[in-house]
Amino acid sequence: MALLEVSQLDVRFALRQGEVRALRDVNFTLERGERLGIVGESGAGKSVAAFSLLNLIAKPGFIAGGSIKFEGKTLNTMSERGLRKVRGNRISMIFQDPMMTLNPVLSIGEQMVECLKAHRRISTKEARGIALDKLRQVQIPSPEKRLDQYPHELSGGMRQRIIIAIALLLDPDIIIADEPTTALDVTIQAEIMALLLELCEQHNVGLILITHDLGVVSQVTQRMLVMYAGRVIEQGPTREIINDPQHPYTQGLINALPQMATPGEKLNQIRGSMPSLSNLPSGCAFHPRCDFINRADGQPRPACTQQVPDFVDSGNCRVACHMVAEMLEDRRLKEESL
Amino acid sequence: MNAQAETIAVTPTQNEESNESLLQIRGLKKRFSLSGDFLEQLRFKGGKLVRHQEYVHAINGVNLDIKRGEALCVVGESGCGKSTVARTVMGLISPSEGEIRYDGQRIDNLSSKQLLPYRKRMQMIFQNPYASLNPRMTIQQTLEEPLRLHHPDWSRQQILDKVEEVMRSVGIDPDWGKRFGHEFSGGQRQRIAIARALAVDPEFIVADEPISALDVSIQAQVLNLLMDAQRDRNLTYLFITHDLAVVEHFGTRVAVMYLGTVCEVATTATLFAKPRHPYTQALLSAIPRLEDDRPQHIRLTGEVPTPVNLPSGCVFHGRCPYANARCKQEIPALKTQDDGTRVACHAVEEGRL
Repeated sequence: MALLEVSQLDVRFALRQGEVRALRDVNFTLERGERLGIVGESGAGKSVAAFSLLNLIAKPGFIAGGSIKFEGKTLNTMSERGLRKVRGNRISMIFQDPMMTLNPVLSIGEQMVECLKAHRRISTKEARGIALDKLRQVQIPSPEKRLDQYPHELSGGMRQRIIIAIALLLDPDIIIADEPTTALDVTIQAEIMALLLELCEQHNVGLILITHDLGVVSQVTQRMLVMYAGRVIEQGPTREIINDPQHPYTQGLINALPQMATPGEKLNQIRGSMPSLSNLPSGCAFHPRCDFINRADGQPRPACTQQVPDFVDSGNCRVACHMVAEMLEDRRLKEESL
Repeated sequence: MNAQAETIAVTPTQNEESNESLLQIRGLKKRFSLSGDFLEQLRFKGGKLVRHQEYVHAINGVNLDIKRGEALCVVGESGCGKSTVARTVMGLISPSEGEIRYDGQRIDNLSSKQLLPYRKRMQMIFQNPYASLNPRMTIQQTLEEPLRLHHPDWSRQQILDKVEEVMRSVGIDPDWGKRFGHEFSGGQRQRIAIARALAVDPEFIVADEPISALDVSIQAQVLNLLMDAQRDRNLTYLFITHDLAVVEHFGTRVAVMYLGTVCEVATTATLFAKPRHPYTQALLSAIPRLEDDRPQHIRLTGEVPTPVNLPSGCVFHGRCPYANARCKQEIPALKTQDDGTRVACHAVEEGRL
C-alpha cells in the first residue's frame, strides 16, 4: 500500500455563475521517501491539488468526489479533529511566501514551541530543545539567537529555512511544498532546494513539490505530474518526461524554455493562452493551442474537439492525448500484423 | 576615482567604434534617504541633539556603455540596483552623482521640457503589466496618449492609422481598442505595454523584468515579440532581468551587478562559457537545468548584505570563497581581460582565480 493514494479527485468551486471544476480525475500515489513534482502554469490547478490533500480548500471550494488515502485512512471524509492529528504532524506544508506563513507578532521560538505543544505533551523547555535542534539541521547561523527573534528581523532565505525547520518539527512522513523558492533569488533558491532535498533523503520524508519551474522539478523529483486546466495530462518518471515528453503541451512547455533554443533564434512558443476554467473548450482542453489535432493524412481528428481524452499507458508514463493514443494503437496493430 | 579613468582608457581598445555607443553611464551613484525629513533626523546622543542620516546606497559607481543595436542585459539578485539603473537612465529618478549621456548629449541634468525629445527616442516596458496600464483608459486611449504628446501636429487619422499599425505589429487585434486593460490576460497586457512603447518609434527601449510576471509558454511569446521588434526596428535594449536562461538567449552583452556595483561585463557567449568573477560563477551554477546530473553548484554562504551599511573593500568579500585581506580593504576596479571581458575582482587580477 502506498503511503498516500489519491484517486479520482474532483474539486469544484460553487460560484455565483455556476460550478467551476478546478480539478478532475487526478490520480497519483506517493511512496515513503519518494519525491513527486506537480508542474503547470498559473491556473492549472496545482495549488488546489496541494491544498485539497489536507482538505484545506476554503469555501466556496469543496471536494466533490474521489478519495485521498493516507496510510489507508481516507482524509477527505475525516473529522476536523482527526485531520488535526495529520496536518502539520504527519503531513506538513511549506508555502510560497515565508512572510505570510510566519506570524509577525510571535518570535520564532514561540511559533515553534506552539506547534510542538499542539501535537505532543511536552514541556516548553523540551520543545525549545527540539526547535533548536531543527534550526541547526537547516543550517541557520547562531540558532540560539534566532529563537528569540521575530520574522521581520530575518531575510527571505533565512525565513524560508525557518519554515522548513517548522515543517520538519514533528518528523512528518510527507512535506507538501507549494512553490517554496519562487519568491527567492537564484543563489538562495539553489541553497534552499539543496537543503530540502538533503533533509528529505536523510529522514526518508516524502516530498510533493509544486512548481512552475521545470528545471527545479527535474533536479529534485523522481516522478512528476503535468497539469493543464485542472487535469493531469501526463505523469510518470521525471527523467523520462523531461527527456521524451509525449503530450504536445509538455513538449511545448519544455521547448519554450530559452535553454532549448539556439541563442538569438526564435523561441518555440505555444500560441494562445490557457483557457479559464469556467469556459473550457470542448473535447481536449488543449486542442485550440495544439499543433497535432490533424491526423497523419492531414484530416482533423474529430476526437480532439469532441471527447475528453482518457489516459493511455506509454511506457512508464501515462498520457491523456488522442494523438498519442492513436499512435500507440497504430504501433500495436502493426506489431500484431507482423 | 580611478575606475572612471580606467573606463575612459579602456573603451577605445575594447571597441574600436566607441562613438557607436548610444548610451554612456559614467560613475553613476544613487542613494535614497531613509531618515525622513529634517525633524525626524534629529536624535539625542549623549545628552546632545545630533542630526542622524541614513542612506540606502542603491548604486555605487556604475560605468556602462550600450552600443547601438545591441541588447545589454543587466542581471543580479533582488536589491542589487539593476532596476534603479534602469529608472535613472530613463530619468524617472535623478542620480546622486555621475553622468548619463545619450547619443553624446548629457541627459541626467535636463529639465523635463528639455528631456521631452529624448523621451520620444527612449521608452520603457515595466515588469508588471497589471500595474503599468491605466485601468480607466481603453486600450485605444492608452496607445493614443504617447502619440498625442509627442506628435501634437498629427491629424486624428494619422494617429488612428499609427495605433492600428502598432497593434498589428505586436499581434493584438485592432478591435480590442475599445476594451479596458483588466479584460486581458497577463501576456496580452504585456503586448499592449510593448505596443505603447513602440508607438512613438523609439530607438532605445529599457525593459525592466518584462517577462518575469508571465507563465513559461507566454514568456516565449513575449520574448519572441521583443526579438522581432529589435530586428524590424533596429532597436537597442537595456534589458533588466534575474533570469539567466533568458539572458543567454536574448542578450548581446551581459553586465552582472552585485550590491550596486558592476562586477563583470562580457559578451553573452563569453560570460556563459567562461565566467570570471566568483559571483558570476556562483550565479551561473545556481540555475536549475533540465539535464540529468545534479550540477556541482557553488554554494555561497551567507546572505546579500544590506545596501545601508556597505561592506568595506569588495562588496562581495563576505560571501566569496577566494576573499583575502586585500579584498576586505580595497575596492576592485573593472579591469579588461585579454578577451575584452571586464571584471572587478582582485583574485582574477592577481591570477589567483
